[in-house]
Amino acid sequence: MIFLQQVINGLMLGGLYALVAVSFTFVIGMLNFLNFSIPGIFMLGGILSWAFMVPGGLPWYAAVPLALLAGIAASLLVERFTYRYMRARFGDATEHAIPLVSSMGFLILFQGLVQIQWGAELHSFPSPWQDTSLRIGGLLISIPQVISLALAMALVFGLTVILGRTSLGRSLRAVAESPDTAQLLGIDLPRLIPAVFIVTGLFSALAGVLFALNYLQVSHVMGDEIASFAMAAMVVGGLGNVWGAIAGGLLLGLMEVMTIFFFGAKVIKVAVWGALFLLILVRPQGLFGKPAVGKGKF
Amino acid sequence: MSGYVAGILAVLAINLLLAYAVFLPAAAGMINLGAAGFMAIGAYVSAYLDVEYGLALPLCLLAGAVVSMVMGCLVAIPLLRTKGVYMVLATLAFGEIVSGALINMEAVGGAAGYPVTTFIDMPVIVAMAVCGLLLVVYLLSTRFGLAMRSIHDDEQATALFGINVRRVKVMAFTIGAGFAGVAGALYGHHYNYIEVANFNLMLSTYTLLYVLIGGTQTAFGPLVGAAIFSLMPEMLRGSEHWRFVIFAVLIIATMALRPEGVVTRHGLARLFGRRKVEG
Repeated sequence: MIFLQQVINGLMLGGLYALVAVSFTFVIGMLNFLNFSIPGIFMLGGILSWAFMVPGGLPWYAAVPLALLAGIAASLLVERFTYRYMRARFGDATEHAIPLVSSMGFLILFQGLVQIQWGAELHSFPSPWQDTSLRIGGLLISIPQVISLALAMALVFGLTVILGRTSLGRSLRAVAESPDTAQLLGIDLPRLIPAVFIVTGLFSALAGVLFALNYLQVSHVMGDEIASFAMAAMVVGGLGNVWGAIAGGLLLGLMEVMTIFFFGAKVIKVAVWGALFLLILVRPQGLFGKPAVGKGKF
Repeated sequence: MSGYVAGILAVLAINLLLAYAVFLPAAAGMINLGAAGFMAIGAYVSAYLDVEYGLALPLCLLAGAVVSMVMGCLVAIPLLRTKGVYMVLATLAFGEIVSGALINMEAVGGAAGYPVTTFIDMPVIVAMAVCGLLLVVYLLSTRFGLAMRSIHDDEQATALFGINVRRVKVMAFTIGAGFAGVAGALYGHHYNYIEVANFNLMLSTYTLLYVLIGGTQTAFGPLVGAAIFSLMPEMLRGSEHWRFVIFAVLIIATMALRPEGVVTRHGLARLFGRRKVEG
């Protein structure tokens, strides 16, 4: 029973990782760009929904959409000063490490601004429900985590439908294949690329809100740890593979909970990062073979 | 010299040595996001030999540098299988593995930290940093330095000219790891206390960022970068939170306006106007 509970906990935690991992992997698959500002947008999603609710006094159904919009706006800001700027100036934005470095700058910027505004301490997040857990036959299931997992699956399902069926999706896949060729064939890149960043911003900010609902705490560094696990999940799933990212997120969540259960919390870092390090060296395409989007780029 | 200035100089010198751990791989076209890991190795090896065996300080520092270089070499060889994003993630993972391993080592205090006996004062640290700077200036003037620069600009063309790209890259990474090891050892002996939390991912990230702000074309780029990073908190007394925001704006602006960094080869040549501008 206690083991089953651990499995459930692991999968639920994995749902949170999956949502962030999808954000990372989507930008990499489409644009070959490791976007380090994602933990910052995750943090903005969580802390802004807190800020609108507690100091702002708005109800949750107004605060959360506002926070998500702010996350999307932040993501578009990142796009404006990293990817678009570099592409206009150097032709291929991913030729150098420049966008990656600028996105790290944005992460520090977001964290710094939030720290100035709301301080470095933990803020307790108000729960909209009395009890956020569901009991089924002695097993405890946290509702925000179930929602997060279900949302991650639904959003990724929607994403694959959009990518596979619509004209927008076709353009995006063409860009993932080769931005230059796509532009030659008449795809308006400056109008299309923001779509990628809107999706990323929405996913990351949403993950931040769900994280806040789940742990009932927000702070300016809440994105750091989860982002490193999400990056690990992305590698496990294969870079650019959105379903792989979900599987990787669940696997990582399970691995974290199991490692803590069997060996204690102190070895978790070595276990996760050691496994990741070996995986990058031995099987860089991830556990599930070739990525579904942006294939041939790596 | 007041203790205040001495403190800042020590920080600057340690940051400069750490910067070369990122600079040397970057000059050969690699990104090292695990500098803090190598720094931690150097710090803990040197501190352990000092505390447990009472070894002479120069030997401790040397051992710290050597162990860090051996680790650097061991990591660099498989690392060259990877490129771009994968290399960033692999070096990041390495840094996290080191801190994760150290926190489990009870022999060096685990999470509680580790007190270091012998004290090294500021002048020694600054002297070491100056030696480091001169060493890098010399390295860049050699054939090896030229090979690094050539790999940075075009790896395939360099290989076509008969240069062993793998060897140059492994060496650049290894020597860089040695610099981080010395920086860590000096850090431990100067503050007389080390803990795993000092050598975290944020340190690696900031180091990478200030090296790139400074520029990776000349040995003086990291000096400028380290100076900006070390002196900024002092100039912004009273509003220290703004330090991060200003630093972030600085990195974004540098990348957008001067992607090769503040100090470039071209800029130096123009400033001192002795040689004709090359390349």
